[in-house]
Amino acid sequence: MTPTREDVIDFVYAEARMLDEGRFADWLALWLPEGHYWMPLDYKQSDPETVTSLLYEDNFMLRLRVERLEGERTFSQKPKSRCHHVLNRPFVDEFDPGANRYVTTTSMHYVETRLDEQQLLAVTARHELKVIDGTIRIANKRVDLLNCDAAFGNIQLLP
Amino acid sequence: MPAYTPETARALIRGHQVHRDVYTSPDVFRLEMKHLFRNVWVFVGHDSQTPDKGDYFTTQVADQPVIQVRHSDGEIHVLYNRCPHKGTKIAIDRTGNTGKFFRCPYHAWSFKTDGCLLAIPLKKGYEGTGLSDTLNGKGMKAVGAVRNYRGFIFARLAETGISFEDFFGDSLSSIDNMVDRSPEGRLEVSGPPLRYMHKCNWKMLVENQTDTCHPMVAHESSAGTAVRLWQEMGNPEPRPAAMQIIAPFMSPYDFFEGIGIRTWPNGHGHTGVMGSIHSSYDAIPGYFSAMTAAYGEERAKAILDENRHNTIYFPNIMVKAPLAQLRNFIPLAADRCLVESYVYHPVGAPRELTARSAMYNRMINAPTSIVGHDDLEMYERAQEGLLSDGLEWVDLHRLYDADEDFSETRVENGTTERQMRNQFDAWAKFMHEEPQPVRAEAAE
Ligand code: FES
Ligand SMILES: [Fe+2]
Repeated sequence: MTPTREDVIDFVYAEARMLDEGRFADWLALWLPEGHYWMPLDYKQSDPETVTSLLYEDNFMLRLRVERLEGERTFSQKPKSRCHHVLNRPFVDEFDPGANRYVTTTSMHYVETRLDEQQLLAVTARHELKVIDGTIRIANKRVDLLNCDAAFGNIQLLP
Repeated sequence: MPAYTPETARALIRGHQVHRDVYTSPDVFRLEMKHLFRNVWVFVGHDSQTPDKGDYFTTQVADQPVIQVRHSDGEIHVLYNRCPHKGTKIAIDRTGNTGKFFRCPYHAWSFKTDGCLLAIPLKKGYEGTGLSDTLNGKGMKAVGAVRNYRGFIFARLAETGISFEDFFGDSLSSIDNMVDRSPEGRLEVSGPPLRYMHKCNWKMLVENQTDTCHPMVAHESSAGTAVRLWQEMGNPEPRPAAMQIIAPFMSPYDFFEGIGIRTWPNGHGHTGVMGSIHSSYDAIPGYFSAMTAAYGEERAKAILDENRHNTIYFPNIMVKAPLAQLRNFIPLAADRCLVESYVYHPVGAPRELTARSAMYNRMINAPTSIVGHDDLEMYERAQEGLLSDGLEWVDLHRLYDADEDFSETRVENGTTERQMRNQFDAWAKFMHEEPQPVRAEAAE
């Protein structure tokens, strides 16, 4: 199957909706096994490995993160956090069925709340997507926070 | 609540108990900033953050804004970040290069990079006014004393007081081990620090670094889940990279009892005397041979076999020598602490070594860390719980001995709270009025 640009854009919206609705098992299933979720610490950071990032998680770490959210003794999730994404329409930066490579850039406002606290993050998400067995999957995702160099309290869910 | 004095604040420390006001009272916090943090040696930064002449780095020593700057003679100076004219901060970006001098952006007074006044516009207007007889007329004020120890910059704000060597004594062996792990004997900062805001007292973080009875409880949700996931996968080898780092957090009590805690005088101490959670990492190809080439096999082995866990440099930093990490617990208010967590690259070592340190840093110390989330949750619950009037004292009885003497270096059962008591002993010792000569106690 060759997706249309519309399919690629719909995918990005659908992914955000899964996170907002807490459907983390579905969300994990979107990922290709070799994918990394990267949230840089530095503005325009190019090295995810030898310089610290906020997140640079492989499939095992993402599974761990998601499983932990449901744990009996996950104290920082008693009570649970909730999140909310507001998306600008994604830009389709690369659309290359021949190479099976689709890249989007999406501006978002990400809101996370727990108890009386609520925080707002301005986010740019870059998705690298591939079609495998007829469905769109995430090959890599990079999330840049506008204020990546600020001091944060807990950010517990995923922009 | 009565206003505390250094003397009445000292009475909040009983050895086996401390009064909750040491965590909650803004008045006690003010005394800590004014006295404790002035009298001791406090971490500023690393010299690789300011490698070239004119390079500067802005930070805080306790509540004092300071600039670490490399002067034209190559030495590092630490200056208060405050114009002697009207108080304007001279630099506000976190790092930069100022060239040969600082120039205040308000009225253009300028200063050499050692702080000395260089020039004032319309200088004639000050002739005969007496400005040059005042401290302000000299330039930007420097802190009381600065020491560059193997690349780590420490400052004592007070003009007089305990010497660097007397204050740290044998505890410097942890920094030595961290730096010796570079084949060239030199560390370089690797990127900016993680910055994690905690709505709790700074001492909770410092105490937690040697709290070996919490990982298997507070971190069961992350470390325990990791171990379960790996088992469900059929224990694949090599283990997922994250497993090496996180699984040891689930080590049982007897592991932590066995690795021991060492305390040094003046509030310093470390966990992991006989090995630690950092002992069983996979070897990184090329690293041991680089170390052997630099030090010879026997010495290289000795350096790498020393796997200390967390070393506290009282009052407010922790280093992990095997991972070349430093965490700076910067006190902002009685109920607010900014944690900055750095990774260093051991120069001459393979970059994979630094990649592991960076992975540890983001997995454990980031605001997005599934481990850090549960620590912060505990601190913030404690900060709120301490406001209850039900009980006034916080308990530190674990393996307490009424005769304990903190001027002695000791190694004890790794689940003791002796290091926390040691910190409070030093807290009381250095909580005094402006520098009176401090009795230097020889470390054993
Ligand atoms: S405040 Fe700095 S020159 Fe006036
Ligand atoms: Fe912890």
